Amino acid sequence: MDVKSILNGSSEWPDYMDYLPNMDLIRENIMLRVLASVESLEFDRYTPDDVRRALGARECTVYDFAALLSQAAVPFLEEVAQRARKETRARFGNSVTLFTPLYIANYCVNQCVYCGFNRSNRIKRARLESDELEREMRAIAASGLEEILILTGESPRMSNVAYISNACAIARKYFRVVGVEVYPMNIREYTALHSCGVDFVTVFQETYNMQRYGELHPGGRKRIFPYRFHAQERALMGGVRGVGFAVLLGLSDFRADAFATGLHALMIQKKYPHAEISFSCPRLRPIPGGSFTVSRDVSEAELFQVMCAYRIFMPSANITISSRESARFRDNVVGIAATKISAGVDVGVGRHAKNVAKGEEQFEIDDGRSVSEICEMLASRGLQPVMSEYIYV
Amino acid sequence: MKTLNNRLVLGEHEFTSRFILGSGKYSLNLIKAAVENAGAQMITLALRRANPGGEENILDFIPQGVTLLPNTSGARTAEEAVKIARFSRELGCGDFVKIEVIRDTKYLFPDNYETVRATEILASEGFVVMPYMQPDLNVARDLASAGAACVMPLAAPIGSNRGLQAREFIKILIDEIDLPVIVDAGIGCPSQACEAMEMGAAAVMANTAIATAGDIPLMAEAFKNAIEAGRSAYLAGLGRVLENGASASSPLTGFLSAAD
Repeated sequence: MDVKSILNGSSEWPDYMDYLPNMDLIRENIMLRVLASVESLEFDRYTPDDVRRALGARECTVYDFAALLSQAAVPFLEEVAQRARKETRARFGNSVTLFTPLYIANYCVNQCVYCGFNRSNRIKRARLESDELEREMRAIAASGLEEILILTGESPRMSNVAYISNACAIARKYFRVVGVEVYPMNIREYTALHSCGVDFVTVFQETYNMQRYGELHPGGRKRIFPYRFHAQERALMGGVRGVGFAVLLGLSDFRADAFATGLHALMIQKKYPHAEISFSCPRLRPIPGGSFTVSRDVSEAELFQVMCAYRIFMPSANITISSRESARFRDNVVGIAATKISAGVDVGVGRHAKNVAKGEEQFEIDDGRSVSEICEMLASRGLQPVMSEYIYV
Repeated sequence: MKTLNNRLVLGEHEFTSRFILGSGKYSLNLIKAAVENAGAQMITLALRRANPGGEENILDFIPQGVTLLPNTSGARTAEEAVKIARFSRELGCGDFVKIEVIRDTKYLFPDNYETVRATEILASEGFVVMPYMQPDLNVARDLASAGAACVMPLAAPIGSNRGLQAREFIKILIDEIDLPVIVDAGIGCPSQACEAMEMGAAAVMANTAIATAGDIPLMAEAFKNAIEAGRSAYLAGLGRVLENGASASSPLTGFLSAAD
């Protein structure tokens, strides 16, 4: 089968573990080590004593991390939160960084069954052209934000690397910090983005359960699990400063997925000690026109447990709290585990400036508060809003 | 008399305060009170936090008359540190620079090799260079030859509040290096700052211990008092400490007089 028919969405797809011909191959055993660790994990074996030991230990080991994520830690959630807050305060003090995501295009060749941008979803598709990007970004910058996260769907025709690079170069004119959350790329493509001002790359693995991954991604380049897995490493090889990790909680066993996410991040951190690590913690949300149902909803308490476990396991990592969550939940987790919060969020394409609204949203958000409202909330909780803690060199 | 000119000298600048205050990790509106209570004449500033003309710009909250000590946090190489220092000068933050070159995001350990390289370049450009370093005698000597105005060894991993873990090595720097030795990073409470000063440190820099205290201005004041107490004790000369209890009742040299 040729690459063209694959990209055009042929019904005949390769196995999700096989690289496509034009994908950079990383001969590295991080993936096998993470997957083997997850496979050997037996959450049922963790006891309250394991959780107590994890909470008392000065350094959180991989086993401690698993204990903190396990069912056995549920009755200890208060103690887990106390420890998480201590770590957060030691590393970040009372600083909380603000940013906003900007969706610049929602064309997509992928078929992720849980996503609003799925190619077979009949939604309004659009992409922002240069003049529209300028207007959107000017409108966002006027709110005082200094950090932007650029997002797209995956479309070689409508949102190729040149298109994204151009958008990022425009973003650099208005913002000090530019990150991307786009499809995985090859090393030289990350280098190209970096030269346009991008220093942070986030890639959601969605789930680390390979079989489930295969079921959820029946087509599109995204189907290739290992290419996605190694994206952070390629981005670092391409020269970016920081990389973000996440699973979409609820696609598979969320405890195992969170464990794999932490382990993946740890191994990257060990191999690239200069890399700044961050975690996102999205739960599945309803999508426009979608009927996908999860095997089991992840509760707020479970999400909170995951965030605290990430914090204790990797104290220096940034943790972002999504606008998918309620204002009440977000207000309470900043300062305990989360250190980054989005503000003034609109996940549709082109809706920050007047007269630009073009495309539909990827998912529904819960907290649409403005930048100044988020700043007020943080100040009222004794927290310091930070617009940027970064310098492009 | 040591007490007649009890000043901290950095390059051509003199300070009466020996407490360098950090400005990170706490609310911007508390900086002024912290500086005042600390009696600090110098405050560090992460250039990457500066947001000139923008919202929540830390520069707007630093009181007039305090010397800025911009740091190069965010730099992973000497070249990046040099870039950030030059940017700081362009921004009007003065000629002081605290070099931080860190390529380890877990422990935030300074990279001594890159720090020496950055010091050479920036000292030659007329900066008052204050390098943050791991206490290593050879590196401290290299920094002195490269034109550093002081050396700033870490006491413990930054932000850890674990105190003078590197006591022995810092003491060696104090004994051997003819530059002010400013203990930076890891000091967790006033008593540890006092101990560093008693040992002969020229000054102490602290941030997290104050930023994460319940009452920030009050803790700043506590540090000020501890640092002054430690300095006075150093100048006074610490009393003799008997390491192994009282002196032996039968002196080991008693046999010498028996021969008379």
